[in-house]
Amino acid sequence: MSLEGKTALVTGATRGIGKAIARALAEQGAEVVGTATTADGAESISAALKEAGLKGYGIVMNVADPESIEAGLKAMTEKSGAPVILVNNAGITRDNLLMRLKDDDWTSVLETNLSSVYRTSKAVLRGMAKARWGRIINISSVVAGMGNPGQGNYCAAKAGVEGFTRSLAKEMSNRGITANCVAPGFIDTDMTRKLDDKQREAMLEVIPAGRLGEPEEVAAVVAFLASEPAGYVTGETIHVNGGMYMG
Amino acid sequence: MSTVEERVKKIVCEQLGVKESEVQNSSSFVEDLGADSLDTVELVMALEEEFETEIPDEEAEKLASVQDAIDYIVAHT
Repeated sequence: MSLEGKTALVTGATRGIGKAIARALAEQGAEVVGTATTADGAESISAALKEAGLKGYGIVMNVADPESIEAGLKAMTEKSGAPVILVNNAGITRDNLLMRLKDDDWTSVLETNLSSVYRTSKAVLRGMAKARWGRIINISSVVAGMGNPGQGNYCAAKAGVEGFTRSLAKEMSNRGITANCVAPGFIDTDMTRKLDDKQREAMLEVIPAGRLGEPEEVAAVVAFLASEPAGYVTGETIHVNGGMYMG
Repeated sequence: MSTVEERVKKIVCEQLGVKESEVQNSSSFVEDLGADSLDTVELVMALEEEFETEIPDEEAEKLASVQDAIDYIVAHT
């Protein structure tokens, strides 16, 4: 259990990839604090971890709101100590062709998917710098590199996350802190289940593996990056996409 | 109870990994004690914790030497 005694914060851990990441880190021995936007969501995170016999619990945090981040981190730090593993997973989509995209679609996706990463990372750095050990893992997306029609806002945010991560990696690597991205392709989650059959078919055609990925397959890569042996990997984006895009 | 000067010097030694004998009041963090930009940020954080105070960024940037830090703490705590 390589993460025994360490506290991890995973944003957006109610379902999908975030839920699988929370579980994978807890299985490595970390105490995992997962965030949700609602009290019910937080409760379900606690219940899922408890049911699996793992350490951790859910808290309410809106990553688009600086005050909510501060309050959530304070509460979890008092209870479990400052996190030395941060997984920025929370994200939203507001897809539309640029010609139809509203200012609000742009701003809210940038706030939730990019500014949140800046805020949470900044907030946890002091604890990591003191510990001389830290792992920041940001969930990007295959579309950050590829581009995708109808996702100008989302692609911009995710590409921003990757650039931010490389800068952070350079700033903090001599403190034992690494920063990396994991870029999932099409994973079988609520986000991809929203697509209709035709979209789904078109999607499968471009995936050499011929299937969607499982959230656990993304979580396994995150667990590796969080581990001790991954200490010399930093500023990297690891693609988990069944071969559809190879950077 | 140690003086402000002693406490500041102790933190400087801990944060920058230098010996007490190397730290003079006139020592510059960067030029004499080998601090890089991240070291100076961490040093300020450590001072904030030790003296239970908040040092605004624009003030923190002006703290270049051990004496600067001592003067700031004496004036603000």
